[in-house]
Amino acid sequence: MSLNNIKKEFPIFNEKVHNNDLVYLDSANSSQKPLSVINRIYDFYSKEFSNVGRSVHYLAVAATNMYENTRSSVQKYINAKDPKEIVFTKGATEAINLVANTFGQKYLKEGDEILITELEHHSNYVPWHYLRKNKGIKIEFAEVNEDGEVTLESIEKKINSKTKLIAVTHLSNVTGAILPVKEITALAHSKNIPVLIDGCQGAPHLKIDMQDLDCDFYAISCHKMYGPTGLGVLYAKKKWLEELPPYQGGGGMIREVKKSGITYGDLPNKYEAGTMATAQVIAFDESIKFLNKLGIENIMKHEKELLNYGQEVLRKNNSVRLVGNPKNKGGVLSFTLDGIHAHDIATILDEDGVAIRAGHHCCQILHDKLGIPATARASLGVYNTKDDLDKLNESLNKCKKIFNGK
Amino acid sequence: MNLKELYQEIILDHGKNPRNLRKTDNFTKDAKGHNPLCGDKVHIFLKLGDDKKIEDVSFEGSGCAISMASASIMTDLVKQKNENDAKELIKDFLEMIKEKPDISNKSLSENDKTKLMSLSGVKQYPMRVKCATLAWHTLTSAMKDSKEETNTEKFD
Repeated sequence: MSLNNIKKEFPIFNEKVHNNDLVYLDSANSSQKPLSVINRIYDFYSKEFSNVGRSVHYLAVAATNMYENTRSSVQKYINAKDPKEIVFTKGATEAINLVANTFGQKYLKEGDEILITELEHHSNYVPWHYLRKNKGIKIEFAEVNEDGEVTLESIEKKINSKTKLIAVTHLSNVTGAILPVKEITALAHSKNIPVLIDGCQGAPHLKIDMQDLDCDFYAISCHKMYGPTGLGVLYAKKKWLEELPPYQGGGGMIREVKKSGITYGDLPNKYEAGTMATAQVIAFDESIKFLNKLGIENIMKHEKELLNYGQEVLRKNNSVRLVGNPKNKGGVLSFTLDGIHAHDIATILDEDGVAIRAGHHCCQILHDKLGIPATARASLGVYNTKDDLDKLNESLNKCKKIFNGK
Repeated sequence: MNLKELYQEIILDHGKNPRNLRKTDNFTKDAKGHNPLCGDKVHIFLKLGDDKKIEDVSFEGSGCAISMASASIMTDLVKQKNENDAKELIKDFLEMIKEKPDISNKSLSENDKTKLMSLSGVKQYPMRVKCATLAWHTLTSAMKDSKEETNTEKFD
């Protein structure tokens, strides 16, 4: 499979938006789905459906095997040591909540500190805030610099003897900054502090290798990886999953239930209570296959070229101000347009079929720091082309024409 | 066509040069409003006379063209009205923005009605309706001198 003409793998691009071809520049929000993933969901429900891990009939055994097969595929894709280190969740948000809840319960007490950064998405802040409220822990923020980056030094500055966990994004969904997560992990480990990486933007766009990163937890959002919604992955080193208490209670996660007490199941069932997003898990295997066929190196090269082109085009447009200028940057172009609010930009672009996002992108802390209430954001995926970025630029010029009459 | 209905000249003019974008001296009541989805913010200041007449109304804030234009037009229209007429106008405006095709308010001149109806294009953009209603909900809070921030997520 090649990246040329990859759009044809995605049925959505046959659709018209306000009579225009779709120019989809909102992949940091959620990615479109290739036909193989869509078909897998259809086939599973039409020919193979059963719940997993419970019944012993033919369909149940087959579904259970397929479900576990995705776990192994994810393990290989991220180079985890053991499939038991892969926990399916309803999203990256739940993955982070799982860690905050269980780690907080077991290891945190009043006055302890969690170190995050000013770049974090709300999903890597709010779960820790609950611990601040309920347990009296403190949340420290490593500062973002004017290029929109968080450096190893700014992390180091905030580490002290009370720091109990460091939780950082792999790739900022606003400035595109790629954080030195390997170095951050090494530094943290030298002080015996575990590290959680919010990999929502990292996993779809970067090569991720758990043995190389050596982080303790890595949260993944499957719908941003050309996979189904309602599904996330928590990678956690086995020792943590063994040590930490269960998260939600219910069917599937227990070993023995008596009136006098309950024992919990083995990994990974301990963390997968209730009927899971079975069809999504099984279809997610197709997303991994899709990424493997393209090759993450090729994807990274393609998106880097597009990013460079997009930056060049937008910089030439005098009214556009790019937000952040990180040295190591992923495929996110956040910007403001002189005199025109981001929401007006998004509405006008939409008329041309150009889909971007406007707002604070669930990063209010960062926007407050930047002193901008809202930015417009074009974000890239495998299916984007230089032509898409030219169309973005043309539509931005149309905004200027509507607002400034020239 | 739709875009032209949304971004009419009146809207663009009020969006770019909002009227009453200042803070009323000696205001008697005020309230803040916030549209958490967009980040639009508005702070409305009222100065009421003894007869409950709105002697002055002004606002501070930031937001998209629709929210700024809406606050600008609203402050223009309610100034010098008494509080009850202003309440009536808020009700009529919110009904028009939600469902009614037109606005029927006896205290409005034809010219004022045209100004107000310029905001009706927003109906075709459900995600943007809250941009247009923020200032109006906040004005209601200001009349109650509410200390609690008005949040557009609390309204339909």
